[in-house]
Amino acid sequence: MTEPLLAARPADTEPEPEPDAAEVSGLWTDAWRQLRRRPLFWVASVIILVLLVMAFFPSLFTSIDPRATDLAGSGSEPGPDAIFGRDLQGHDVFARAVYGAGPTLAVGVLATLGTVLVGALAGLLGGFRGGWQDSLLSRFAEIFAGLPFVLGGIVILTTFNPPGQPVPESRLIFQVVTTITVLSWPIAMRIMRAATITAKQQDYVKAARALGAGPLRIVFRHILPNTLAPVLVYATIQLGAFIGAEATLSFLGIGLKDPVVSWGVMIAESQDRVAQIPHAILFPAGFLVVTVLAFVMLGDAVRDALDPRGR
Amino acid sequence: MTVAASHLLEVEDLHVEFGQGRDTASVLNGVGYHVDEGETLAVLGESGSGKSVTAQTVMGILDTPPGRITGGSVRFRGEELLGADPERRRMLRGESMAMIFQDALSALNPVYSVGFQIAEQFRFRRGMSRKDAMARAAEMLDLVRIPNAKQRVREYPHQFSGGMRQRAMIAMSLALDPELLIADEPTTALDVTVQAQIMELLDELRRERGMGLILITHDLGVVAEVADRIAVMYAGRIVEHTDAATLYAHPGHPYTRGLMDSVPRVDDVAGAALRPIPGLPPSLSAIPPGCPFHPRCAHAEDVCAAEVPLLRELGGDHQAACHFAERFVAEDPDRPTTHEVVSR
Repeated sequence: MTEPLLAARPADTEPEPEPDAAEVSGLWTDAWRQLRRRPLFWVASVIILVLLVMAFFPSLFTSIDPRATDLAGSGSEPGPDAIFGRDLQGHDVFARAVYGAGPTLAVGVLATLGTVLVGALAGLLGGFRGGWQDSLLSRFAEIFAGLPFVLGGIVILTTFNPPGQPVPESRLIFQVVTTITVLSWPIAMRIMRAATITAKQQDYVKAARALGAGPLRIVFRHILPNTLAPVLVYATIQLGAFIGAEATLSFLGIGLKDPVVSWGVMIAESQDRVAQIPHAILFPAGFLVVTVLAFVMLGDAVRDALDPRGR
Repeated sequence: MTVAASHLLEVEDLHVEFGQGRDTASVLNGVGYHVDEGETLAVLGESGSGKSVTAQTVMGILDTPPGRITGGSVRFRGEELLGADPERRRMLRGESMAMIFQDALSALNPVYSVGFQIAEQFRFRRGMSRKDAMARAAEMLDLVRIPNAKQRVREYPHQFSGGMRQRAMIAMSLALDPELLIADEPTTALDVTVQAQIMELLDELRRERGMGLILITHDLGVVAEVADRIAVMYAGRIVEHTDAATLYAHPGHPYTRGLMDSVPRVDDVAGAALRPIPGLPPSLSAIPPGCPFHPRCAHAEDVCAAEVPLLRELGGDHQAACHFAERFVAEDPDRPTTHEVVSR
């Protein structure tokens, strides 16, 4: 009674029978094995790596001081003197773009991490427990979701940071990250909550309970991996949006400000002279696009690797 | 039948409700059955008769809310489970009692390999290393006769065929050698030839391991050959209970008769009309007074609408919940034998 017909077919289509059955196999090891083979993953990783090096060691890429101004060269085109040209203040655009990578990535990555961690945990908890705990968390999230982003940002940042006082760079970045996280986590929570509720009703959760799995194992081993996909997509899209949000706050004078350079600050500074000095906005915008693209590709590759059905 | 001091599993007068206030649905209205070691009990009934809810209550995996256990008792080896410490019940699951589900594809987690899911139990309940646990998982797959188990252990549920998934599910539930296995419609999602193989496998494993098996199904053909006893459920009650041969030869409840008549037979003339039971099962939030089956019953009399018939002994360990059970048992209708029902 060995189902010969049924048995033969899948065995034939098996791509590469790895001989050692006892070799450790798990969600993450299998995903990593999958990830290693994807060119998309390597392209994204290399770009992100370069950006990280740029963020931590900007002096490796340029010896020019990003704050040095050459008013005589204000708005000058890209050339041998300044390869990306100069902005209205006569800053070297390339040097500013390089030095802007650090604060920009710090805000983008940390705000995304904060939003996703807080939102995902709240969503997981609310979706799994249900009942009054879910209601309480959801209503609480709606309070924050109801705050308009710009208004909320102004209130939070001016409260903790009265204008006219110099603030150290790291504290400013921390404040901006916190502000963005506080105002954005409800969306991540809703996505996670919906995915959790869907996964919770699946038979495999019931089956896991029928075999004696405790609530922690069910949440983190059985539900979480099945809810990662939508959150990863959201996170990679939000990363770009958060870098933009930082620019909005900077433009209003409550986010990062001189002497801190960020791509958002650069874009905000030069947007009213797009027609006269286009390169001052094009280059930071280009850096931003490449960064966001790299993270989107990375998120995409990770999501695919985590879904065995796509292999 | 064994009248031992304590059965392996004994369910008594179980009541479960869903919903609140006027929408309350009485899903179980006094279900009782028992299983002993090495024995197969088939629970037969239409969708919504409460078969699965009973099983989930026994396992302790009924979602509460929306469900609510309002009365009764579930005893495993004499130990009362309802109201027992949740941690104690969790320890029993997998270790002493396990359950397999209708749709094995959705009952296996899509993101883990089949072997990993089986190995998980060896790792966390037996403290085995990853490597040893995977080797044991391969042995389990071999036990349920999945060919090439050493390689297939690394594959994912979607790479398995329907029959193999159900085998993998069986392997997973038997990993910790439970004494009781509840199979909730294990073959419904499979095609007929595979159904027979799975049933045969379950029957063999039951015999080898001496475990009690509760087989939940709505398919008469499936139960006929493997069940020692059959309990027929209707509207959250057991309406008839006896051994397989008696049930097929002398059903004591018109519902059981209706179920058997509604199965097409090979000796039917081509084009002959099917003989379904008229009407629908009652809404569980408005179960009719008296016998819940009386609105659909061709033999109903005044007493049926007034008095709830109790499940009573008809002799020879045959119980039925019908006012006129004796009459139906005595009748010898043009009834197919067990064998004919199976071959259809």
